[in-house]
Amino acid sequence: MAAPSVSLVIAGSGGAGVVTAGSLLLEAAANAGWYALMTRSAGPQIRGGEAAAMIRFATEPIASHDDSFHLLVAIDWENISRFAAEIPLMANSLLIGDPALGEAPAALLCNSPRQAGLAMSEIASAIEGGRSNMVALGAIAGMIGLPVAAMESVVSRQLRRKGQAAIDASMAAFNAGFAAATGLPAVPRLPGVDAAPNGERWSITGNEATGLGAIRGGVRFVAAYPITPATEVLEWLAPSLAKVGGVLVQAEDELASINQIIGASYGGVPALTATSGPGLSLMIESIGLAVAAEVPVVVVDVMRVGPSTGIATKSEQSDLNIAVYGMHGDAPHVVVAANSVADCLFTTQWAVHLAESMQTPTLVLTDQLLGQSRAILPRPAELAFIGQRQTAVVAEEGQRYQRYALTGSGVSPMAIPGTPGLAYTADGLEHNELGTPSSQASDHQAQMDKRLRKVARFDYGSHWADIVDAEAGGGNIAIITWGSSTGPAREALDRFSAMGGKARLISLRLIAPAQPDKLAAALAGIERALVVEQSHGGQFHRMLRAFYDLPRETLALHQPGPLPIGPGRILDQLNAWRT
Amino acid sequence: MEAAVAEKRKLAAKDYKSDIKPIWCPGCGDYSVLNALTRALAELALRPEEVAVVSGIGCSSRIPAYTSVYGFHGVHGRALPVATGLKLARPELTVLVTSGDGDGFSIGGNHFLHACRRNVDITYIVMDNQVYGMTKGQASPTTAPDWEGSKLTPEGTGINPFQPLVVGLASGANFIARVSASDPINMAKIIVEAVRHPGFSLVQILSPCVTFRPEQQEWRDIVRTAVVDYTDDAARAARRLMTDDGFNVGKVLYKGSRPPFKPEFEVTDGSIAELEASFVI
Ligand SMILES: Cc1ncc(C[n+]2csc(CCOP(=O)(O)OP(=O)(O)O)c2C)c(N)n1
Ligand code: SF4
Ligand SMILES: [Mg+2]
Repeated sequence: MAAPSVSLVIAGSGGAGVVTAGSLLLEAAANAGWYALMTRSAGPQIRGGEAAAMIRFATEPIASHDDSFHLLVAIDWENISRFAAEIPLMANSLLIGDPALGEAPAALLCNSPRQAGLAMSEIASAIEGGRSNMVALGAIAGMIGLPVAAMESVVSRQLRRKGQAAIDASMAAFNAGFAAATGLPAVPRLPGVDAAPNGERWSITGNEATGLGAIRGGVRFVAAYPITPATEVLEWLAPSLAKVGGVLVQAEDELASINQIIGASYGGVPALTATSGPGLSLMIESIGLAVAAEVPVVVVDVMRVGPSTGIATKSEQSDLNIAVYGMHGDAPHVVVAANSVADCLFTTQWAVHLAESMQTPTLVLTDQLLGQSRAILPRPAELAFIGQRQTAVVAEEGQRYQRYALTGSGVSPMAIPGTPGLAYTADGLEHNELGTPSSQASDHQAQMDKRLRKVARFDYGSHWADIVDAEAGGGNIAIITWGSSTGPAREALDRFSAMGGKARLISLRLIAPAQPDKLAAALAGIERALVVEQSHGGQFHRMLRAFYDLPRETLALHQPGPLPIGPGRILDQLNAWRT
Repeated sequence: MEAAVAEKRKLAAKDYKSDIKPIWCPGCGDYSVLNALTRALAELALRPEEVAVVSGIGCSSRIPAYTSVYGFHGVHGRALPVATGLKLARPELTVLVTSGDGDGFSIGGNHFLHACRRNVDITYIVMDNQVYGMTKGQASPTTAPDWEGSKLTPEGTGINPFQPLVVGLASGANFIARVSASDPINMAKIIVEAVRHPGFSLVQILSPCVTFRPEQQEWRDIVRTAVVDYTDDAARAARRLMTDDGFNVGKVLYKGSRPPFKPEFEVTDGSIAELEASFVI
């Protein structure tokens, strides 16, 4: 990104409260008018394990983390080596630890970062009620240019219930750290900015944005079974749905979740479930049922590292195959993917619209990285997707209601239980137009064609992909990517653009059904393409090869989670192509 | 008002049947279950559009399409969650589930436990023929351990049969009855009671599979009308069910008074702006 930014990590073990510290810092930065992206990483312990909050601040909206961090503040060193790969430090990075707690582990020192000591525990213990993490926050604020006043209002709000003494103690610790910053080596400082007008920026996580997208789209029934990292979608939805006249039911398992939402949607109420890979695997048979019985449902998969239980707390883009191909039989359905924290809102809302309009299950792919990241971002646009479920209201004179009538669009008006004269049986068995089970080849062919027609003829408009050209134009190079790999790709394009490079970024939001004509148009003039994704098997690249014509010179950059592909690696390839 | 009631009364059992011809074998017990169900709907005087019958997969699960009410024929074992979602989303509908011993107690066993526990106001009708009819005669959870009629288990399963009513009671079912398909009139009466009773009502129907368990044709002679009337005392019901040989039929065995699970919600367009306000800086 062209605007100044600073990247830092706060890490520590059980009880050090690094995620809370990170959140406080984020709020303070929001007060100062900055933008931010915070991701978190945690060890496998259920409670109190080591954790790291990785934060990037900038004066403009942020799409991605940087390739490395300017600053790491370790409240303690316990198990911190486990994060070493996720928090790359360079020679000009600064590593700060508490001298009382010994030396930094070797795993953090591969690139010989600068080191400095900050006696966090000693400074904190001199203040009644003072805590090391507030000292650390003070030092960070002092180093990166965050004004004390920005933190003051956050602390007084957060600790209001604990009383003035607690607020004073926290601020005293913060101020002591702030003062100590003057003695520390320099890291990039952000300039103060005029705070954006009130209401123009939001602080939101991807999982919250997904929940909001669901509600905005009209979802009023959610059934789900808890699973990391999707649970926060549900935790946000439960009280929020209640406020808008909806309900969330905790089901006994994912088989129940998917079937409960199918039942609710059959009853006319737009419905959604959210899960992660293991849960999606369990739901697959019934998603096929929703395809055959033509019941609109939205299934959100917040992807994590697979296969099996994999790494539950970390990100990977490896559920693309199951989302696209998981069902038995030919089962046309829709798969969409969010490409940023903010886009979780847009894409989920769009997914509800697609599911309802086409009366077909729509899968939304996000991932741990997007879902559990908190961002300070420009206020997302209001979206009004028009077109809802086409319902049947009255029977045609003298005719029996045909639930699965063969229409031109493939979409047939759906009778909602309670409507007189239109009672029918929705069926996962192959059926004729009335819904009567049929094993005849002609009925199978006709209904298969109809179900395919629905998703093939639908007008997805421009939402199928986000396409961005470098300032100097698209040139003949394209980056083709999807989901959370889009952020780093955007940043790579920005940097390339700043160097005068020409390239085009194409991030597919509509994963299935494929849009070969649209991609062909987007690839006009492109001779080289770099496909970027976070999967060991190159699932996205293989899917592109199956459904699309790609430029002859197409390179695939893919690796498994949990490490993201940073902007630098993408930029390297763009530069290699330029020279 | 009276005119409306009279209008309602006009529907007879046959009006609740569709014109689709069942795929069942001649003599299958499920025919009389369909008869009893439609008779019960007529007795309840419900308009066809006010009722939904939900099922999974099996011979018994074919019932929805044979009725003229709203139906949902889903996948094997998942009828209860579909019905749960439907009833919670549309509380004003009368929701029944028709199932088999395999669909309900084997592949769908976990949902059975939790449907009893959750106690949503639905009626669960299980046609128990102690066999997987649709897949041509394998042992089910309720099959006796020494039944040697399946090539899959030629020496019998050697496994103790599942006790649906005991498990249902222990899991929290609010209404428990056992009836025989050989007595459709009584069956209809019990289904009416089950529908009227709030919460999760479990009705086990001994419904013979004449094709793969021809010996079950003798059930009509073996079954006896239960001598004791229902109890509302779960401990007494448990003792009765634990000592019962499975052939005491025709009566409600237990009626509980647990309030049904019914999250209050009205589909409205409440203030989304208010939700969004919490994200604004
Ligand atoms: C997931 C899945 N596994 C297996 C089957 C095959 N199958 C269909 S019906 C059935 C058993 C049905 O038994 P029951 O519920 O007792 O019904 P009945 O036919 O005896 O009335 C089985 C195993 C299936 N349809 N789906
Ligand atoms: S196989 Fe058995 S259960 Fe199925 S229809 Fe025939 S008799 Fe009835
Ligand atoms: Mg059976």
